Amino acid sequence: MAERIYIFKKFERFWHWSQAALIIFLMLTGFEIHGAYGNFGFERAVDYHTTAAWTLVGLWVFAIFWHFTTGEWKQYIPTTEKVVAMMKFYLSGIFKHAPHPFRQTTLRKHNPLQRLAYLGVLLFISPLIWITGWLYLFYDQWAAWGLGNLDLALVATGHVIGAFLMLLFFIAHVYLTTAGHTPTSHIKAMITGWEEVD
Amino acid sequence: MLRKRLVVALTTLLLVPFAVGANDAPVKLGTTADHTKFKELQQEFKSGPEVTKACLSCHTEAARQVHRTKHWTWEFMNPENKQRLGKKNVINNFCISVPSNYAACTACHVGYGWKDGNFDFAKEENVDCLVCHDTTGLYQKPPGLAGNPVVGAPLELPPGSGKFIKPVDLAKVAQKVGKTSRDTCGACHFRGGGGDGVKHGDMDTSLAAPDGEVDIHMDATGLDFTCGTCHKTSSHDVPGSRYTPTAQDKGGAHIRGKDKQGNPATCVACHSNTPHKEARQAARLNHHANKVACQTCHIPEFARGGVPTKMVWDWSTAGKLDKDGKQFTIKDEKGHDIYASHKGDFVLGENVKPEYRWFNGEITYTLLGDKIEKGDKPTQINRIGGSPTDGKSLIWPMKIMRGKQPYDPVNQTLVTPHTAGNDDTGFWKNLDWEKAIETGMRTSGAPFSGKVDFVETEMYWPTTHMVAAKDKALGCTECHARDGRLAGVAGVYLPGRDANPLIDKAGWALALLTLLGVLGHGFIRIIAAKKH
Repeated sequence: MAERIYIFKKFERFWHWSQAALIIFLMLTGFEIHGAYGNFGFERAVDYHTTAAWTLVGLWVFAIFWHFTTGEWKQYIPTTEKVVAMMKFYLSGIFKHAPHPFRQTTLRKHNPLQRLAYLGVLLFISPLIWITGWLYLFYDQWAAWGLGNLDLALVATGHVIGAFLMLLFFIAHVYLTTAGHTPTSHIKAMITGWEEVD
Repeated sequence: MLRKRLVVALTTLLLVPFAVGANDAPVKLGTTADHTKFKELQQEFKSGPEVTKACLSCHTEAARQVHRTKHWTWEFMNPENKQRLGKKNVINNFCISVPSNYAACTACHVGYGWKDGNFDFAKEENVDCLVCHDTTGLYQKPPGLAGNPVVGAPLELPPGSGKFIKPVDLAKVAQKVGKTSRDTCGACHFRGGGGDGVKHGDMDTSLAAPDGEVDIHMDATGLDFTCGTCHKTSSHDVPGSRYTPTAQDKGGAHIRGKDKQGNPATCVACHSNTPHKEARQAARLNHHANKVACQTCHIPEFARGGVPTKMVWDWSTAGKLDKDGKQFTIKDEKGHDIYASHKGDFVLGENVKPEYRWFNGEITYTLLGDKIEKGDKPTQINRIGGSPTDGKSLIWPMKIMRGKQPYDPVNQTLVTPHTAGNDDTGFWKNLDWEKAIETGMRTSGAPFSGKVDFVETEMYWPTTHMVAAKDKALGCTECHARDGRLAGVAGVYLPGRDANPLIDKAGWALALLTLLGVLGHGFIRIIAAKKH
């Protein structure tokens, strides 16, 4: 008998989905600027990419504020507990209908692998993208900031690496939303806030 | 009382028109002198110098001002590299060189009588005022007369050709002098290289009365700039040099009273260093100007006015005769010569996309006597300086004139053939290179081995005229694309053009592997679920 617990609050869900939309849009426009394909046209892609980036910055200001005032930031503290068990579950248990080794609660809504993955996004991918992205945006200020010797190719390549890492995360993340109690339970939770647990 | 006032008023009203009528000639604006009124100009002039003497009786300093300029000396000492340049000294890959062809070439000299090396540059009346200050369009100086117009009787030119040139009424032209115009400057500069549009690519007769599509500033029904609007001249010395061009103007818009304002003919001199104000990406566009010359985006193509420019001139095929042993020409479908016995083969271009190079304003010529080698690479008639890192260079649009021209394979130098001239050695008449080069090199005072071969040459012409309307400026993807206009220009990272190929390959490969991984994982889960 499945039990339902309230995991994702209203703001969190709004944050997640608007961030998802922005990141997808940033990948679409970004890879177009990079010359990977054509859709909006270079000029509009640059325009949209910039606007979406600043919008995401705004969203993050609220999200960071929310995480600290609610204490939700603690959800990302890494743990080694059950990491191996989670890996075993994804590699074999999941095929045999074995029970999920992690039980979600409101205080621990992410499984240990999720914690590690999100922390990785937070501490590595995001800073890489933001730092290179801001430098890219303020390219015309480099000389004034004493960064005249910085190489745009380096910054741009860093930004592209960040984009690819985000793409990898995105693919894996979207797939793993189906790896909950039922294939749709995680997705439902992110929409309604209520997750079915064993 | 009332009646008296009425009478006064009516009388005044009646008299006013007569008061004006006492001096009813319309006032000339734009000048304080009506030259038709000057006694000095109301005479029959027998020659150009006679007109000049009349001009100088009032404009006492004019001739000696002109004497100081390149337009007069055809000589220019490059202060940077000490090369002695100027029309008199440089060699190009059009009609090649001036010295043994003075009488023809000096039809475009601002003087009278420069037919050989003995011209008196100190004589004030040798200055030709009319060629720049004519407003009638009637004043012409045909090639072959050493810069003199035809005066008195009609002149058969060339002799025996049956073609007569009408004499110029010098008094009429002199009485109608005025400011320079697109027509006066264009009389020579539109026709550089021996014909309309031949040389520059960004200057031809379409600029005499262009529309805004051809040149937004000169637009005859719009801003209607003359050449002098940008090439703002004082003391007869026209600024804006092809020998020491301003590749990057960091000085900002010119302001009255500010000292040392530099070249007034740059875009920046009016538009400042931050010209984009209304465009959506104004700041980003302004920032482009740190690397890209204004001309690069705002002159999408040159030779846009319907007049083709020469892109290639191959002298090595000159000299062919038709079956009657006569010189002949081959024309393209529009009637422009693409072969002439006396000049060789031409490739013409209209609406030409420029080539792009880093350019810092430094130009070094290959001069007579400089050693050249015939190799895989063409000889550079002029070499341009520039690099992405020197802090002085911008990416500039260029017309690169390519050709094959005669050189001396023994002495390994370019040569200065005698081309124009109704004599025994002029190439255009005799089609004999040895004789023509022998004469030309003797005039130039340079050794000639007697051997002639042809060498490929290239010459750079930075493009700066024919500025298009702003909505016709280049769009982003003209350059921000894999095979865009700047495909060959190194030293700058262009989003959309550049990428680290290793990162790209690794990135896409990992993304694909991840996708396959999760799909495989999902597939196995589905199979496993079915088994259950």
